[in-house]
Amino acid sequence: MRWARTALASTQVFQVRIHGRGGQGVVTAAELLSVAAFVEGRNAQAFPTFGSERTGAPVVSFCRIDDKPIRVREPISEPDALIVQDPTLLHQVDLFAGLGSDGYILINSERSFGQLGLADFIKGFRRERLLTVPATALAIEHVGRPLPNGVMLGGFAALSGLVSVESVAGALRERFPGKLGVANVAAVEAAYEYVLDEMGRLAHA
Amino acid sequence: MLEQLEGSQAVAHSIAMCRPEVIAAYPISPQTHIVEALSDKVRTGELQPCEYLMVESEFAAMSACIGASAAGARAYTATASQGLLYMAEALYNASGLGLPIVMTLANRAIGAPINIWNDHSDSMSQRDSGWIQLYAETNQEALDLHIQAFRLAEELSVPVMVCMDGFILTHAYEQVDMPTPEQVDDYLPPFEPQQMLDPSAPLTIGAMVGPEAFTEVKYLMHAKQVAALDAIPAIADDFEQAFGRSSGGLIRSYRAEDAETIVVALGSVLGTIEDVVDELREQGVKIGAVAIKCFRPYPLEEVRDALAGAERIVVIEKAFAVGAGGIVGQNVRLALSGLESRVYDVVAGLGGRPITKKSLRALFADALGDRLESGRLHFLDLKRDVVERELERMQGGGRHGPHAENIIRDLGIVGAEPH
Repeated sequence: MRWARTALASTQVFQVRIHGRGGQGVVTAAELLSVAAFVEGRNAQAFPTFGSERTGAPVVSFCRIDDKPIRVREPISEPDALIVQDPTLLHQVDLFAGLGSDGYILINSERSFGQLGLADFIKGFRRERLLTVPATALAIEHVGRPLPNGVMLGGFAALSGLVSVESVAGALRERFPGKLGVANVAAVEAAYEYVLDEMGRLAHA
Repeated sequence: MLEQLEGSQAVAHSIAMCRPEVIAAYPISPQTHIVEALSDKVRTGELQPCEYLMVESEFAAMSACIGASAAGARAYTATASQGLLYMAEALYNASGLGLPIVMTLANRAIGAPINIWNDHSDSMSQRDSGWIQLYAETNQEALDLHIQAFRLAEELSVPVMVCMDGFILTHAYEQVDMPTPEQVDDYLPPFEPQQMLDPSAPLTIGAMVGPEAFTEVKYLMHAKQVAALDAIPAIADDFEQAFGRSSGGLIRSYRAEDAETIVVALGSVLGTIEDVVDELREQGVKIGAVAIKCFRPYPLEEVRDALAGAERIVVIEKAFAVGAGGIVGQNVRLALSGLESRVYDVVAGLGGRPITKKSLRALFADALGDRLESGRLHFLDLKRDVVERELERMQGGGRHGPHAENIIRDLGIVGAEPH
């Protein structure tokens, strides 16, 4: 069963904000997500926050997906979904700013929201839309490098149903031809399955 | 073919299809991914024949383009911010000599204070350098304008600057319709120089001209720019015929026909403005927008025609003349001389500050409620408390220290502790 096929076929723009650190491919993640949406025939716009791109510094990127052409150019202050590539940012950045109570959150972590100290915070949200995925571990396992960005998109495809995992995989293969792409796709698929399982578990909890 | 691409990459493809024979650029930050991608295309042989010159400065980049263009080669470069200032002297030489160089300007602020983010201070500082200035609203338009720019430049033998918002467009991934090389070849004929250094027919380009002829040479520069006001729409029409989409031209109106209030702007902010215009239209507000797509030459009559029916004009601009006011605003007022309309100059988006729908809604509400003062320069989202605190510090007299450092310390930005 595709738990992921939730109601995203709306006519509204869907806005994703991605948080991570310089060197984790935060900007690339937004670009890949936009390519995945584009492949599905939708309009997509990806852009980074602009700054001095130091390794390890907090970095934010954005992706808007819409059925209509996208004209607006402002940063995303009220996201529909958050992808957090680095859980250590929880203590440094106001990650959840502007997220509505029906928003999606996907955090790269082997720990649960409760273990991350977010048990109280998530009470106002729709529980089935909040998940963690061990993206760094999956990346190390499949790609051999601790790069969580593409892997997170596999999990996000499952969680949100915004794009298919096939489109994410296609975007990765196009960006990283050859072996690297194949390895990344394996990691993406693993993250996708992981999140689907978690969603199934939550649904029956 | 539709592609999802970064703005800089889209422009690089477009430039490559225009078959430049010389590309000269200086690879310092702020440079764009455009020349980076082009240098790859030259190295791999995808773009040939083409000489890629990695020069030692922006001054050298423009100087090399001048030499190449004078020798009959199609020449291209890209720069931004301080890089444009560093080539300023050569910009005037390119235009004064009437050499059809095309340059991308990835608009960014000019320091001090040091700032790498987007605004229009760079292009506006060179608005009177004799270059044609076109402003792209989207990456599609940036791509398209470069193809048009080579044709325009070479038809009139004038240099053309295609301005696209740094970061906001250059670093944004979005959908573009990429033409085929054959389409571009059909639209853009090979460069036939109107003047050329040729050993078989020797001549001088760049002679010293005294008071007896300087005015006449300058008059011809002006006359060619004025002629561009006819050439630009014609070239844009041809483009639409050939490629099936509208791009470029002098101005573009959006829901402005019956508008009592019209917002005027340049570049990528138009998209955000149009979203807010649509919201207000749904509420029954008669508001529209006008994009000035060609700022030099200045399409005075077209601007006047587009704005003449409106009571209020809100000019949103990403640069200003320090101590004088809005730059685009002054030009708009010139176009509206003798009319009763009120023009509000609003500076926004300086040094990369986002121009948000929320701020625009509040601004337009103030304009519609006649709460803005015409003739005064307004700063969108100005942090008044921060400014007032610094003004107070100055009133204390003595050595109050540098404004920039004082202010970032007030704002609690890391790394700004006093020494």
